[in-house]
Amino acid sequence: MNFEFSEEQAQMRTEARRFLEAKCPPKAVRAVLEGKAPFDRALWQGLAEMGFLGIAIPEEFGGLGAGYLELCVVAEELGRVIAPVPFSSSVFLATEFLLMAGSPAQKAAWLPKLAAGEAIGTFAFAEGTGTTTPRGIKTQASGGTLSGVKLPVADGDIADFAIVAARTGSGNDERAISLFIVDLNAAGVTRESVATIDPTRSHAKLTFNGAAAEPLGAAGEGWATIQAVYDRAAVLTAFEQVGGADRALEMARDYALERMAFGRPIGSFQAIKHMLADMYVSATLARSNSYYGAWALSTGAAELPEAAATARVSATQAFQHCAKNDIQVHGGMGFTWEFDCHLYYRRANLLALNLGSLSQWEDKLIDRLQTKNAA
Amino acid sequence: MNFDDTPQEAAFRATVRTWLDANAPKHLEAGLRSAGFGSAGVTSEDPMAAARAWQKKKYDAGYACLHWPKEYGGGGFSPIERVIWGQEEGPYAALGGLFTIGHGMCCPTLMAWASEDQKREMLPPAAAGEQVWCQLFSEPASGSDLAGLRTRAEPASDGSGDWIINGQKIWTSGAQHSDWGLLITRTDPNVAKHKGLTMFFLDMRSPGVEVRPIKQANGQSGFNEVYFTDVRIPDAQRLGAIGQGWEVSLTTLMNERLSIGSGMPTGFPELFDLACRLETPDGPAINDRNVRSKLATWAVRTSGLKYTGMRAISALSRGETPGPENSIGKLVAGATMQDIAAFALDLQGEAGILVDPEVTAANGRFQAMLLRSPATRIEGGSDEILRNIIAERVLGLPGDIRVDKTVPFNQIPTSGKR
Repeated sequence: MNFEFSEEQAQMRTEARRFLEAKCPPKAVRAVLEGKAPFDRALWQGLAEMGFLGIAIPEEFGGLGAGYLELCVVAEELGRVIAPVPFSSSVFLATEFLLMAGSPAQKAAWLPKLAAGEAIGTFAFAEGTGTTTPRGIKTQASGGTLSGVKLPVADGDIADFAIVAARTGSGNDERAISLFIVDLNAAGVTRESVATIDPTRSHAKLTFNGAAAEPLGAAGEGWATIQAVYDRAAVLTAFEQVGGADRALEMARDYALERMAFGRPIGSFQAIKHMLADMYVSATLARSNSYYGAWALSTGAAELPEAAATARVSATQAFQHCAKNDIQVHGGMGFTWEFDCHLYYRRANLLALNLGSLSQWEDKLIDRLQTKNAA
Repeated sequence: MNFDDTPQEAAFRATVRTWLDANAPKHLEAGLRSAGFGSAGVTSEDPMAAARAWQKKKYDAGYACLHWPKEYGGGGFSPIERVIWGQEEGPYAALGGLFTIGHGMCCPTLMAWASEDQKREMLPPAAAGEQVWCQLFSEPASGSDLAGLRTRAEPASDGSGDWIINGQKIWTSGAQHSDWGLLITRTDPNVAKHKGLTMFFLDMRSPGVEVRPIKQANGQSGFNEVYFTDVRIPDAQRLGAIGQGWEVSLTTLMNERLSIGSGMPTGFPELFDLACRLETPDGPAINDRNVRSKLATWAVRTSGLKYTGMRAISALSRGETPGPENSIGKLVAGATMQDIAAFALDLQGEAGILVDPEVTAANGRFQAMLLRSPATRIEGGSDEILRNIIAERVLGLPGDIRVDKTVPFNQIPTSGKR
């Protein structure tokens, strides 16, 4: 048994960290927070040049053809620096949808551009408040076009194309849902940027009004494909969350060492120590659960659905816990715009919802444990 | 990253499985598997005799204390082989409870500090289950503050070089069954508290040793008080130098947290099973959204501990020493178990108060767990001490400001004397 990343993967981590420390310092995140640009274009181009956008894309489509473990490593590093780029939309989702359900022609058309950073892809799923269910998807496909409204869509304002979940059947069951590729620059697509709790990651409302749509995968298979891709994305996002949780813990620890009160560092008070110890526990459990997810993802194990939900629930809890207590340890300074604590707090709560809420994933996890127990 | 056995590991697993298949006490398996929390699970015969018999059988085959060197009665196996053994031994491992303190804490301390002759003499009978060990550390006035202990060791006045022990220990698991004890004492009250301690090992049948069971809050008596009245110990049974006892004790305590923390149960599989089987007017309890949410949180804590353990094993097989980060095992498991027990009773409604296994859901195991779990959060390092360890030794935060560290021990304020 070897339940650790390999030396080559550790080497990749070092490279990614060095690159991101140089290209994605807090001021780069703040430039997106406070500026007009929806994402950091220079960083995105740099990530493409490093090959990070095509880690899991086969070499024949212009990717590195490396494994998912390498992608997990990079995801964690991006999470540490809360990178303001459409990585999750384009790499965890659009790329994975194409790899899983794309025709050879669709792969050839999009994957090389995704790997090179020449195209940004995303996934358009939710249609307003509440859990997204087959019944709740009103976007209608007919005659090669789509009509409907998707809100929120991560990076919907900057993506070149979207994978869209739409209704092809009349029923309310999963078989009524199919997937389509839509060119977001084509006629019949309106995009509006929307304000969110985390302005460092852009989101949009997409309105389709007879927009040209090309089927991705077989009709009626959409829901099953979404679940399968979400399991992969859940593991990768868990690593992003673990990276963020670790960084929030470090920030809190460093501040507790340096901030003096009552004549001593606040980190010498048990009230602060125990809060930090509990953050460490959450982050450690989340990391270990994410390793389980990484193992399942990289080996294509039958345990992936259970492992993905485990990693997702654990990492969501850990990042939320560490980010909120990072502010608490910083006291009043932690609630200023100037300190970076709120950037992590915002990102933690954004990522907690990006692939569906914590309670949805809790529910999925129990479903999967029930299936396993019944087997 | 993989869970696969290497060819050597697979071969070891196959050998072990064959041996267990031929030698394990299968007539005890059903009882061990369904044992209520805190009960031995052996009812058809004397549980102590069953424990000793199984340990001896393993010892004769080279499967006792797998990771110890062979010359000390161990199996001379690698850390990973020890893990494989544990996976394969399954329910029969519960028979080893009598030896946990000795094998997990006392003997590793001997291994680090005793003379070569002593190790060759003392360790094999411990491995064979012929001699049982207990750990004589905590005292009524020194629990978390272990270095505040007051049991005295003084040189005998007859010039023999022996030591005379007077005082009292408490919370000693298994003292009533023990042949030997690992004993930490104060030899010099005139120096700072950590500097005046000395470690010994002691024949529990020595004159002047008295063991009294403690009736615990849950009605059981796993722990004891041990009183020492002019107990004589030869100087040869001193471990480490005079005044080095604190350093010696750290060997024991780190082993304590390792052996206690690894693979500690949380009660999650049992709760999951209960939630699946317990019928409510709306179907099984597990269909309830609130139940599912709570189960999910405990599921990820339980699996998080499991995979944290896997990471520790990976580090071990790379030749690294597990460090203070392993303190999280008991910290998480203890609190989780207590929460799970309370929730399992809640699911049972008003009848959750019943303790009779005949009429209670899950044979009353959650009621027993509820009443026992407060101890888990205290024994072997309280939750608060473990958080201090994580904060100071993993995260690098400064120690608390201390009023007792540099003054002579006999000038430290105590309860009733400030």
